[in-house]
Amino acid sequence: MHGRPRKPLKEEDESVLSAKAEKLRLLQSQFLANHQNRIYSKEALDLSAKLLENNPECYTAWNYRKLAVQHNLSQSDSDSVASLFDQELKLVENALRKNFKSYGAWHHRKWVLSKGHSSIDHEMRLLNGFQKADPRNFHAWNYRRFVTDLMKRSDEDELKYTEEVIGENFSNYSAWHNRSAILSNLLKRKAEGFSHKEKVLQEEYEHVRNAIFTDPDDQSGWFYHLWLIDQTVKNDAPLLVSSWPSRGSTITLNGHGNNRLHGLSLLNSTLSGTTTLPIILYFNQAVEGINSSTVAVKSEILKEDLVWKPLSVNNSSTAQVWVVYLKLGNMELQLSKTYSIEITIGYSAGIVSSNGYHYGYPSQIAFELCVQTAHTEPVEGQYPKLTSWKDSDFQKVDHFEESNFVASTDHHIPTTSNWCREAIDEEITNYQDLLSDCKIGKLTLARLLTALDLLSPEHDKRKKHTEEILKLYTELMKLDPTHSLYYKDEHSLVLLQQITSSEESLLPHCHYYKDATETNTSYVCLRLQNLLLSRMGSIKNLLWVQMLDLSHNELRSIEGLEAMQLLSCLNLSHNKLGSFTALGPLRSLKSLKVLNISHNELGSHSIDTRRYLCSSPLAHTEVFAWDRFEILCGSYSATKFWEAFLIFESLNLTDLNITGNAVADENFTSFIVKVLPTLKYLNDEEL
Amino acid sequence: MGELVADKHVRYILSVEKKKDSFESVVMEHLRMNGAYWGLTALDIMGKLDTVDTNEVVSWIMSCQHESGGFGGNVGHDPHILYTLSAVQVLALFNKLDVVDVDKVTNYIVSLQNEDGSFSGDIWGEVDTRFSYIAICCVSILHRLDRINVEKAVKYIISCKNMDGGFGCTPGGESHAGQIFCCVGALAITGSLDLIDKDLLGWWLCERQVKSGGLNGRPEKLPDIMSGMLLMVGSF
Repeated sequence: MHGRPRKPLKEEDESVLSAKAEKLRLLQSQFLANHQNRIYSKEALDLSAKLLENNPECYTAWNYRKLAVQHNLSQSDSDSVASLFDQELKLVENALRKNFKSYGAWHHRKWVLSKGHSSIDHEMRLLNGFQKADPRNFHAWNYRRFVTDLMKRSDEDELKYTEEVIGENFSNYSAWHNRSAILSNLLKRKAEGFSHKEKVLQEEYEHVRNAIFTDPDDQSGWFYHLWLIDQTVKNDAPLLVSSWPSRGSTITLNGHGNNRLHGLSLLNSTLSGTTTLPIILYFNQAVEGINSSTVAVKSEILKEDLVWKPLSVNNSSTAQVWVVYLKLGNMELQLSKTYSIEITIGYSAGIVSSNGYHYGYPSQIAFELCVQTAHTEPVEGQYPKLTSWKDSDFQKVDHFEESNFVASTDHHIPTTSNWCREAIDEEITNYQDLLSDCKIGKLTLARLLTALDLLSPEHDKRKKHTEEILKLYTELMKLDPTHSLYYKDEHSLVLLQQITSSEESLLPHCHYYKDATETNTSYVCLRLQNLLLSRMGSIKNLLWVQMLDLSHNELRSIEGLEAMQLLSCLNLSHNKLGSFTALGPLRSLKSLKVLNISHNELGSHSIDTRRYLCSSPLAHTEVFAWDRFEILCGSYSATKFWEAFLIFESLNLTDLNITGNAVADENFTSFIVKVLPTLKYLNDEEL
Repeated sequence: MGELVADKHVRYILSVEKKKDSFESVVMEHLRMNGAYWGLTALDIMGKLDTVDTNEVVSWIMSCQHESGGFGGNVGHDPHILYTLSAVQVLALFNKLDVVDVDKVTNYIVSLQNEDGSFSGDIWGEVDTRFSYIAICCVSILHRLDRINVEKAVKYIISCKNMDGGFGCTPGGESHAGQIFCCVGALAITGSLDLIDKDLLGWWLCERQVKSGGLNGRPEKLPDIMSGMLLMVGSF
């Protein structure tokens, strides 16, 4: 039992208990004998009743009761049928008195009810009485759901019930939860009186305000309020929010050679010798059903259907980001000619989100592809140079030149109704005083302000609340240190949203990387060091990035990075990455050549808390190349290296830096060199 | 900080195993299979599994198996998915899975999956997401995960997701640390963790820690060890 200290038994108590045990043991063995021999006499039944009233947890006895009923039913007349079942109900009542949380007892009651010989109205009356006594008992709530379903009681009536229960005690999380479930149902099927989501939410905001103002310390109201905010802000239907190439952009490729393209490199890129161009679609939520029937790609250069792949870390068929690779090397592209490519998303039904909503209306992206002669020919067999991340190798970008530089950020976002913004605004006003001093209040204010900014159109010049939100999270880290990592993550997300939201805010972080071998081209690097980032976000605004510096932050995860298909150089040094599984997103980055993960915490933690978040042989979704792994391992302990193997075996890195990690001893280093045959530089030294 | 008094724990576990006539032992006779799992796993973690007689344990386990392939909680008790998992877990602990007909056990589990993807506890039809986890965990240990309809099983579990990101025992059921452990576990094994709203659930789970440092199972309830354990595992 909760909250009761254990005390050693006194001698007299011990002997009493011992006698009790003996009696129970006898009862149970007699019962088992009856059960074994299928004896359903009155005597046997009484024995089983006695047992269950003493020990309702004895599940086999409940099974026996059902068998006895079935047996005796066949031998009784219609009069006694009802009383047969009444007897069972009485037994359940007695058993519940002993333990009102007994799964077996509650289920037996459901079984009896489902036979149809008992009064459902009587059940409701009993239930109402029971719930008055214990409004948090989830068995009772589940049973209520069962009974109301049997009697076909309307959702609207049940909604009123939750209102009554909440009216008696605002701190009833169970009632608020049930309210949210019933409302979701009514809203989803657009039941009469619930077709206007706004009106419904308006009333709910008023309801929960009473609860919160009555007792601000109680969590129930706040969790419900958070759900209301989410319902106000979210878009149920899946939408395309970003893409690369972006709408209206021109992608210029450098062609080497005459007509046959030996290699293509994007203007201002470190990619060379590659002949595939990714097209990335980024949605507002995970979807499935992206294929050539639902997404049409029209262009004179395309001869066959394209195969779209979901970019998920664990081989799922639903993903928020989908990609297709154009094999430009196989197409005959003429120099100085511009080709147009048109993509229509959702031109036929089939794109569905994981909660069953279909893609809204067809949307279109069109961009252009142009090939020009390269300024310099690449020298055959030339080594790429060692990438340096020193300040001196970078030069600030003054202004953006090409339109394909930055992905446009307002793709197809439908104008949200004014009501949503006003509702959030009103909440902020209502709670201003209440929200200022307690932790949950500050957190709610931060969430409300974030919601407000989200609902304001991107081009709205009205001042965003970023500074205020960041300040709130910083205060929360001090006020509630046990949850500081969560606040830090939220802080990182808000900061990244601000930085990536416009060209002006991005500009200070963009630098040219000067590489002496290709004198006329300089690639752009996005530099986001020293920002206390603990997680990544706003990836939808970063699909264009080829070179990224995230060093000197506090990253524990790089979730989301798998969408950055153009990434070829990545610096993650001086962060807090604690396991190879945390590098999981890198496996999807086929273009990645340069990786710096030095000075992290790889190998410092004996327990990998991220193991199940990523593919692993334990997760049954991965085909693991055991054979190659065992050969490469040789005599080393296999378990030490399989996570690293899983990450690196599919990458074609030319430059890797792993110094400053506990795992990077001689054994590991020589293992990783074997796994990466394309590696030219290790830890800043030529191999 | 103190040290774990491992020897005392080992002695306690072994004594409980022997004291079959104590009141506690009798009243929980029907779930001895679960008790065996907890006790033996604890011994194994402390490196003391060899203090018990493997053959005795194994033959007792096998005597609890029924024609259907399922295992009961003790000799003479009816088969149920709960005890089937514990039986398989203990056999796996001793590396003795070869004594059981794997396909027979798998068939029992498969027979308990319903049309909507949910799992019943036994032939009497109680449905609960706990059983989804148990089924998935069990066939996973037996390397037979492909024998159940994984897609439907996952869909059912997701249908039990609530407004706070947590999971209940059936659709519409209130979030509870125990159910969350089971649902998160099932989704992890089936590689479907991306379907969880990690930030929302993570926050709800963190809020289970009360001022005393202990962890409760639901909002506004008292902290207890069971919730603490389930929460720690679920948070991963």
